[in-house]
Amino acid sequence: MEQFTALSVSKENRPVRYLVVDDSVFARRNLARMVESFGGVMAGEAGDGFTAITEYNRTLPDIVLMDITMPQMEGIEAVERIVRQHPDARIVMVSSVGYQENILAALQKGARHFVQKPVRPDVLYEIVRYVLNDDGVLVGSGAGGGQKQGVPS
Amino acid sequence: MRMDLIQPFVSAADSVLGQLLEGPTVVGNPSMEEETYRRKGVAALIGFQGDIEGRIIFDLEPRTACSIAGRLAGSEPPETADDSLVAETLCELANMIIGNAVTLLNDRGFHFRVQPPEVHTDPEGMKSSYDTEAVVMSFDTPAGCVYLNIAMRYNRRRKAEREPALSA
Repeated sequence: MEQFTALSVSKENRPVRYLVVDDSVFARRNLARMVESFGGVMAGEAGDGFTAITEYNRTLPDIVLMDITMPQMEGIEAVERIVRQHPDARIVMVSSVGYQENILAALQKGARHFVQKPVRPDVLYEIVRYVLNDDGVLVGSGAGGGQKQGVPS
Repeated sequence: MRMDLIQPFVSAADSVLGQLLEGPTVVGNPSMEEETYRRKGVAALIGFQGDIEGRIIFDLEPRTACSIAGRLAGSEPPETADDSLVAETLCELANMIIGNAVTLLNDRGFHFRVQPPEVHTDPEGMKSSYDTEAVVMSFDTPAGCVYLNIAMRYNRRRKAEREPALSA
């Protein structure tokens, strides 16, 4: 898989920590490979909304990649509950179902962005960079594809 | 069978398969299925209900299923189609194709819910009927031939029931 300029969290100069939520093992594995190619680490993973909330509280990740259609509790409800407890949570929806109602509902509940499956690594990379940059937590290291951010002194 | 309902599934399959398998797909001529469906190999079934009701069977010959599973996982193809990786890959691929088609249809005003994909192991599928005849589409991909068996009907009554509520 293509390698990207590693993204790291500026304050602590450490890799970005991801929580990946998807009921498909295959999809989680694919996203984990992308996370690795972005220089990130997996803080945790979950196969449904309930587990996502538990895992969020346990791992406090820098960013969440969240599917929408899942058993027991769907992604949009999980977003609402996580953001209620953690208003600064950064959640990117990753779903094959990308119609306007779904996207709007997710954004209204506190999701930061939406990516439609099949996920292109370069698109996801740019979105992760955008979301983390928006909060001023990101620094890009090395040279190459991603735009280099200011390195803290 | 309304082709305007079929077309989003064909477009979605063409696009998703082309992107994931990194090569051109050739869409074959559609054929009508009037008898009970017999699967060709490994299949995932997805049902949906709402303004449109029906089911789609995403069907691959075992060798093609193994080849696609290996390509998408970035590993050697599994030796047999019984490998769990094949079923996982098939379900997620079907999920992506149906999800993309649903997105197109929803933005055109059709509302329905899609059930999670399930691996279809019965040799026979749902029988076609006068209002849910099936169309079989084939997609020639770099990994082999992929079949989409689409049986659906437009649920007029349901849509008519919803419209007054929306305008109220």
